[in-house]
Amino acid sequence: MASVKPRVKVPASAKKGEVIEIKTLISHKMETGQRKDKKTGKPIPRRIINKFVATFNGETVFSMDLEPAVSANPYIKFNMRAEKSGEFEFTWVDDNGSSYKAKKKLAVN
Amino acid sequence: MKEITRRQALSIGGSILAAAAIGVRPVFAANDSQDIIDKFTSGKTAKEGRITLELPQIAENGNTVPISFSIESPMTKADYVKRVVLVADANPRGGVATFNFTPASGVAEASTRMRLAQTQNVIAVAEMSDGSFYMAKRQVKVTIGGCGG
Repeated sequence: MASVKPRVKVPASAKKGEVIEIKTLISHKMETGQRKDKKTGKPIPRRIINKFVATFNGETVFSMDLEPAVSANPYIKFNMRAEKSGEFEFTWVDDNGSSYKAKKKLAVN
Repeated sequence: MKEITRRQALSIGGSILAAAAIGVRPVFAANDSQDIIDKFTSGKTAKEGRITLELPQIAENGNTVPISFSIESPMTKADYVKRVVLVADANPRGGVATFNFTPASGVAEASTRMRLAQTQNVIAVAEMSDGSFYMAKRQVKVTIGGCGG
C-alpha cells in the first residue's frame, strides 16, 4: 500500500441545532486475512482499519469498530448536531499500529 | 450458471462440520454471528422494530454492498442509541462493524459499504441508553461474492 489517504466532507458552516452530515473515505485495501497468495499459496496477513473515531472540540461524537467485512477504501457516513463552532478531528487506526488523521473546521451561527 | 469455487466448497463443508461438531443452531449458524449478537445483548432478547435497514435486495458485486441504517430515537442525553452492531450470517466471520453513537450525534444514522461472500441475512442490533435492544434483518442476494481470493 503506497499511501493511505483520508478524505472528509463536512459543511463549512451550519445553523445552531442543525444536524449535519459527515462523509469520510480512506484509501485502504482492508486485507481480510482470509486470502491466499496465488503464487506461494501462503495466507496474506490481515491488515485492516480496525477503528475510526470522530471528535469535535476534543469530545468523541461518533466512533466505529471495523471488521474485515468492511469493504476496501472504507466509506463512513454519520451525523452530528451542530451546537457551537469548533474543529473536528478524525482518526483511523490501522492493524499495523499506525493511525491516520484529518481535521476540519465548522462554523456555527 | 453458478460454479461453486473451491473456497466456497471448503467454507460450506467447514460450516457443516462445525455445526455438526457443536451440535447447536444448525439452522443458520454458518458463522459466529449469533454469538456476536448474544455477546452484544448479554443474552437479552432484541425486539423487532425501530431500526430501518437499507440494503439492496440484489447485490451484483459482493465486494462493496452499500448499507445504511436509521433508528427512531430523540437522541437526547436521557434517551439515545448507544451502539449498533452489524453482522452477516454467512460470511466467513459474522462481524461487520460496531457503531458507537452519542447524544451529540443528533440522529442515529450511519452508512458504510460491506463485503458479502454469498446470499445471506444482514442483521443490525441496537442498544438503547435505557438498556433495551432492537433488531432488524434483511436478506441480500449476492451474484458475485466478495471476500474471494
